[in-house]
Amino acid sequence: MNLRAIKRNIPFVATASVCLLLFLFASLRYKGFLKLPYLLGFISDDAYLGIAAIGLTFVILTGGIDLSVGGVIGLTSISLALLVEKHHMNPMYAIPLVLVGGVLFGTLMGCLIHFYLLPPFLVTLAGMFLVRGLAFVFNQESIQLTDQMLGGHSASHSLIVFNSTIKIPLANTSIPGTTLIYFVIFLIALVVAQFTKFGRNVYALGGNEHSAALMGLPVARTKIGVYVISSLCSTLAGIVHLLYNVKGDPTSGTGLELDAIAAVVIGGTLLSGGVGYIAGTIIGVLILSIIQAIINFEGSLNSWWTRIAIGMLLLLFILLQKLIQAKKFKTAGTFQKT
Amino acid sequence: MADATALLQLRGISKGFPGVKALSDVQLTIRRGEIHSLMGENGAGKSTLIKVLTGVYRRDGGEILLNGTSIDARSPEEAQRLGISTVYQEVNLIPHLSVAENICLGRQTTTLGFLKWKEIRQRAEKALARLGIEIDVTETVSNYSIAIQQLVAIARALDIDAKVLILDEPTSSLDEKEVEALFTVLRKLKAEGLGIVFVTHFLDQVYAVSDRITVLRNGTYVGEYEAALLPRLQLISKMMGKELSELEMKAADRVATKAGVTPFLKLKQVGRKGSLKPLDLEIAAGEIVGLSGLLGSGRTETARIVFGLDRADCGELQLDGKAISITSPRQASGLKFGFCPEDRKVQAIIPNLSVRENIVLALQANRGWMGYVSRPTQIQLADKFIKALNIKTPNPEQPIRLLSGGNQQKVILARWLASNPRLLILDEPTRGIDVGAKLEIEKLMAQLTGEGMAILFISSDLEETVRNSHRVVVLRDRQKVCELRGEEISEKNIMHAIAASDSDQ
Repeated sequence: MNLRAIKRNIPFVATASVCLLLFLFASLRYKGFLKLPYLLGFISDDAYLGIAAIGLTFVILTGGIDLSVGGVIGLTSISLALLVEKHHMNPMYAIPLVLVGGVLFGTLMGCLIHFYLLPPFLVTLAGMFLVRGLAFVFNQESIQLTDQMLGGHSASHSLIVFNSTIKIPLANTSIPGTTLIYFVIFLIALVVAQFTKFGRNVYALGGNEHSAALMGLPVARTKIGVYVISSLCSTLAGIVHLLYNVKGDPTSGTGLELDAIAAVVIGGTLLSGGVGYIAGTIIGVLILSIIQAIINFEGSLNSWWTRIAIGMLLLLFILLQKLIQAKKFKTAGTFQKT
Repeated sequence: MADATALLQLRGISKGFPGVKALSDVQLTIRRGEIHSLMGENGAGKSTLIKVLTGVYRRDGGEILLNGTSIDARSPEEAQRLGISTVYQEVNLIPHLSVAENICLGRQTTTLGFLKWKEIRQRAEKALARLGIEIDVTETVSNYSIAIQQLVAIARALDIDAKVLILDEPTSSLDEKEVEALFTVLRKLKAEGLGIVFVTHFLDQVYAVSDRITVLRNGTYVGEYEAALLPRLQLISKMMGKELSELEMKAADRVATKAGVTPFLKLKQVGRKGSLKPLDLEIAAGEIVGLSGLLGSGRTETARIVFGLDRADCGELQLDGKAISITSPRQASGLKFGFCPEDRKVQAIIPNLSVRENIVLALQANRGWMGYVSRPTQIQLADKFIKALNIKTPNPEQPIRLLSGGNQQKVILARWLASNPRLLILDEPTRGIDVGAKLEIEKLMAQLTGEGMAILFISSDLEETVRNSHRVVVLRDRQKVCELRGEEISEKNIMHAIAASDSDQ
């Protein structure tokens, strides 16, 4: 049973093994790597990437794609900073406002994709240009959150102190609030994917849309739903980015959609849909972080080597997926013959 | 309405598509505890009727009564809720998900919105047990054979409180044993009081399980008959709307076309590791050589080697006395070979191209890009073959995917005929097409060989092989077992040849 479980989840097992190997390699080779503050540090640095990648995983599971995640992060980051810092809006209202914006944006893209049968690649590419453009139209420069008092209170204050007030102390360090948000979203996503009808419909849709429709599954709701989830997650990622860096920036998340896709694919999710794991995506993100850390530790290496390493790894995983599929196809063939 | 036992009644159903009247005034009555076959040639309206019934299409007129009350399902989902479940020809499951999920998907047991996996598994096990199968429901569904998948689809259909079960050609990819297992299940369900609608092309199967038969022709209702009181030939003639005498193909027709004596293509101990043991095969102009054997016996593999899809790794091919090696289909088609593959949907048609474009394809490929076949020539060719093969299409520009199976097959035939081949390989040319198209294709084969073409004919239908072949090569386990000629060719002899070697094991 155990062996079979491993066999069934080869892509996931492969991802986990690669992650473990990289981790062992780094901890043996670099002093200072295996220290809690450092490890927590790079997980926290990439929390926003992780959140966006989780949302994207749902989209990719249906066989779709969302290129707008990076743009949404940029737009969220700058508009939230703008609302709070310049317009002194209470974050209690500003945050729900941007979240609603994210949901609407995802609904719009999902509807275009589902009802007009437009290719997700192009719809979300257009979406990406739209939100990134809007981000720069709102403000060309980054906005630093400042604790300036205005009429006895600072609207930005609660945002600035978020990570220093909400945290879980751990040994001689602590887990910041933004990282906790990441963990919570991860847990919710795990449950949604595995233990709700919606989650299973996502898998069914990616496995075979035609069959899913004939099975009487709610195709429209599911398909639009995943784009809403993705946009909502990237909006949250934008908020986390702002809280973590205490700075709103229209350029934040530039090119992040590609990192997120890489993380999802390295995490064992098939780009064609139907197969994949939320936990895999988290490990995929972790792998990207570790590679980045290794390159940093090497010091002498140009930091762009990170990209090359990720590229190689991505290629490796795609080849692995191809291999598994080819093998599956072969066994299916022999079944038919007997 | 007077019929108290009627479970489902369709009355005066009509449905039109732009330019076509698919159904007009069709009726169908399903009673409790009966298996009711829906028969008709391709294009008779069976699929349309089923799609209307299951809510995939909206009807233009007529009414549907379930237990005496009028229903109007707008989607498969709604039809299912009303108790009408369908199992389609192509198994409609989600390949990567487990058996249990496939059975329960969309109606899983939950508490507070969370799935209860244990109960889902138990429910799936119970649903399968009702059909008398016991498998690991946690296993991915694509790891099971098509037959099991078909049964899983039925289990899913029954998992809701189904009153009517519709099976649309469920047996086309099953072997004999699997079909028998399916029928056992159907009889069991029938005894439980379900109404079962069974659509198939196989007459044997119709008579094996049906209580009643409803025949459609050209979108109209022909009649409803008790299966036991309707002889086979009469059923065929009702389906085709032709007299019996027109249907009979005399054995004499076959003998009349004398095959040429000198073979132009010889295979000498040609084989391929893992797919075909070395064999000899000869074929002469004007000859139909039948390849017979069970599924997986090496029939298709032989054809693939001749057409260069696979390379032989031993033996010698001779064409007109000269040794050649065929390394690609392109080269084979250059040698004037043609190949109609078994799985026409995947391997042969280009679904979105028009009938004309599909016909011209091979010819154009032979000429290369330099020798463009001019548009008027293309149109002329298409018209000629549409007429000659009696291809039913509104016009030559119709995308081929919109044609019925038999007509698609004829287009593929036309494709190769347009390039005027010396040797035509037909792999199961009559599978999944109706009796009428079958006879037309057979007639065509006789005519073509009369004109000097050689045909390598692969068929699972023994009767068809016997009727059409000048010589029959019998294969078993990727090996040539024997060759039958002239008077030796009979279903009995072929079966003996296959069976005799079976007992050698």
